[in-house]
Amino acid sequence: MSAPMVDVQGLTVDFAVGAKSIRAAAGVDIEVEKGETLALLGESGSGKSVTLRALVRLHPKSARIGGAIKIDGRDVLKMTAAELSRYRGGVVSMVFQDPGLAFDPVYRVGDQIAEAVVRHNGASFRDGRTRALELFERVRIPSPERRLDNYPHEMSGGMRQRAMIALALACRPKVLLADEPTTALDATVQIQVLLLLRELQRELGLAVIFVTHDIGVAVEVADRIAVMYGGRIVELGPCAKVIRAPAHPYTRGLLMSRAGHGATKGGRLVAIPGSPPDLANLPPGCAFAPRCSQVIDSCRKAMPTAVAIEAAHIACCLRAQPAAVFSGRAQALNVSSVDTSKNERGFDENSKAWA
Amino acid sequence: MSMIRESDRSRIATLAADPQDRGGPGTPLLSVRGLIKHFGRTAGLLSRGRNVVRAVDGIDFDVAKGETLGIVGESGCGKSTTARLIMQIIVPDAGDILFDGEEVGSHALSLGEFRQQTQMVFQDSYSSLNPRLTVEGTIAFGPRVHGLSRRTAIARAHDLLHRVGLEPSRFAGCYPHEISGGQRQRVNIARGLALEPRLLILDEAVSALDKSVEAQVLNLLLDLKEEFGLTFIFISHDLNVVRFMSDRVMVMYLGKVAEVGPAESILALPRHPYTQALLASMPSMDPNNRTQEAPVSGDPPNPINPPSGCRFHPRCKMVAALCAHSEPAPHDVGAGHLAACHLANPESGHPRLAAA
Repeated sequence: MSAPMVDVQGLTVDFAVGAKSIRAAAGVDIEVEKGETLALLGESGSGKSVTLRALVRLHPKSARIGGAIKIDGRDVLKMTAAELSRYRGGVVSMVFQDPGLAFDPVYRVGDQIAEAVVRHNGASFRDGRTRALELFERVRIPSPERRLDNYPHEMSGGMRQRAMIALALACRPKVLLADEPTTALDATVQIQVLLLLRELQRELGLAVIFVTHDIGVAVEVADRIAVMYGGRIVELGPCAKVIRAPAHPYTRGLLMSRAGHGATKGGRLVAIPGSPPDLANLPPGCAFAPRCSQVIDSCRKAMPTAVAIEAAHIACCLRAQPAAVFSGRAQALNVSSVDTSKNERGFDENSKAWA
Repeated sequence: MSMIRESDRSRIATLAADPQDRGGPGTPLLSVRGLIKHFGRTAGLLSRGRNVVRAVDGIDFDVAKGETLGIVGESGCGKSTTARLIMQIIVPDAGDILFDGEEVGSHALSLGEFRQQTQMVFQDSYSSLNPRLTVEGTIAFGPRVHGLSRRTAIARAHDLLHRVGLEPSRFAGCYPHEISGGQRQRVNIARGLALEPRLLILDEAVSALDKSVEAQVLNLLLDLKEEFGLTFIFISHDLNVVRFMSDRVMVMYLGKVAEVGPAESILALPRHPYTQALLASMPSMDPNNRTQEAPVSGDPPNPINPPSGCRFHPRCKMVAALCAHSEPAPHDVGAGHLAACHLANPESGHPRLAAA
């Protein structure tokens, strides 16, 4: 196998806030193959958007990026300004949460897409418009010829997000970065956009990194899920493994605290106590230790390293163990694992019905 | 209704002891009839009566004492406008709001008295707090306005802080920017409870919180409801959260009630195609069983010039000619479950009914 399409090793991003420095991403390793979707799942301040933006170097100059970012075999951190502008949109493009802010409000949407094609491919403006029409049809915008002449405010939220996806795909990128692309959309529209992204990804063979805070959304689109907490990836594995057999206490907590999955009406939700960590004030050991129900003394001393649970499934937890040993240990810790096993049973029934 | 459930019996028992109760346990705490709000009509010269946003367009519902009514719907369906109309933050164009049998704003129940008994928690925990007031100042503000002494009001604020899980000695003197989103929303809830209301309206109160914090606040709300004998109107776009919180659910679409009834029945056996689509649009959570087809296409239409007949008909998979011109009235399909769809009414003449 050749090198992965996206290869990020030991990525760190530091922001200077006054005299202090905040480490928003603290050693993130990501590899994404061509034709694969990775979901970065996490809460606000977990470092998921910061990581994504580092891949296109969208951070302000004051941010210091460390580690290595290689995309399509090229070193992103060494690019000159001219190389960078060819790379953005040409190799990697991005879909943002709020398409209302991402489009320029004073130009027609079709012209904005055509401009990108002209700029990157050296095509004529007329060819750019033709390409824009083709893209509008591809993302299934109704009456596309007419819609090309719309200004962003004349479109509904769902349509604007489809137009944003069309713009992102205009110059045939190899990698698509999606930053909470459906969070601002209504439920019935969200599922349409998720299905569209999934379909385009499959057909165009894109490598996709999809940032979200919603586990359900991650399950709909992702091949693999990386759970982030306090600027690090705490668990990474195939979608089904992370959902059915979560190995990190934070992932388990997230799954359990979902209303409608962990508890039903009349019961109580199993909540994770405390609040997300303050990045300026991270504890020395595991960032999740202050909220963790299974914390032991050594958790507070040193940052746990990745443990391989199974092939391609890792968790950064001192108490995580390879799968063979895992079931036996879960019995020994039955107090804390009761709820997890209930959850797993629920999903097993689902998978049986599927099989 | 002769069958009284155990939970109802205990609810009625606590209500009997409530000195504020006027109408008795059988009277709904809140009764809304024919509520209408259109925006943009009174612009004067330039408006020709055409660009009217029909935000809330004739809705009826009741909230029984001690229950939680969940309101769900997409943007523009009028759920937040409904909440603001109930609170009289915006004045309705038409319709009656009865609180415990008394008309709001009448001689029997002045607006001041009503607002003391009905409070609201908003989505944005930061912008709904005064940045120049400390946490205790914020919570004590309402009681002070309603005539309590400073000392008593502060004592009540400290008591409430304690109940919402914020240690008064640590948080009372904080300003809103010094505390986290989850903690701010707890302060908003404490402020909502400071006047000892009977009805609490929660408008997307947990939507802006991180998932791990959302669960804590939902648990807190359930505890407070029991402790203070509250009635909730819980507005959210998240069906999972509404399912967890509500006794009854009301589904809104473009300013109308699509379906209303007991939560179990609405969420397990929805009768309105819109509710069915909304439920099917929830991400699946099963990696082997992902959603394959979008339940409906398109966005919710703009409430300016909404579609004729049934407002959902342009997006509905079950649409018939009848739906475009005749607006379906809410039809009772059993046990207080009302669905405003021709398919729910056997006498509507919808062609699919004959086929089945």
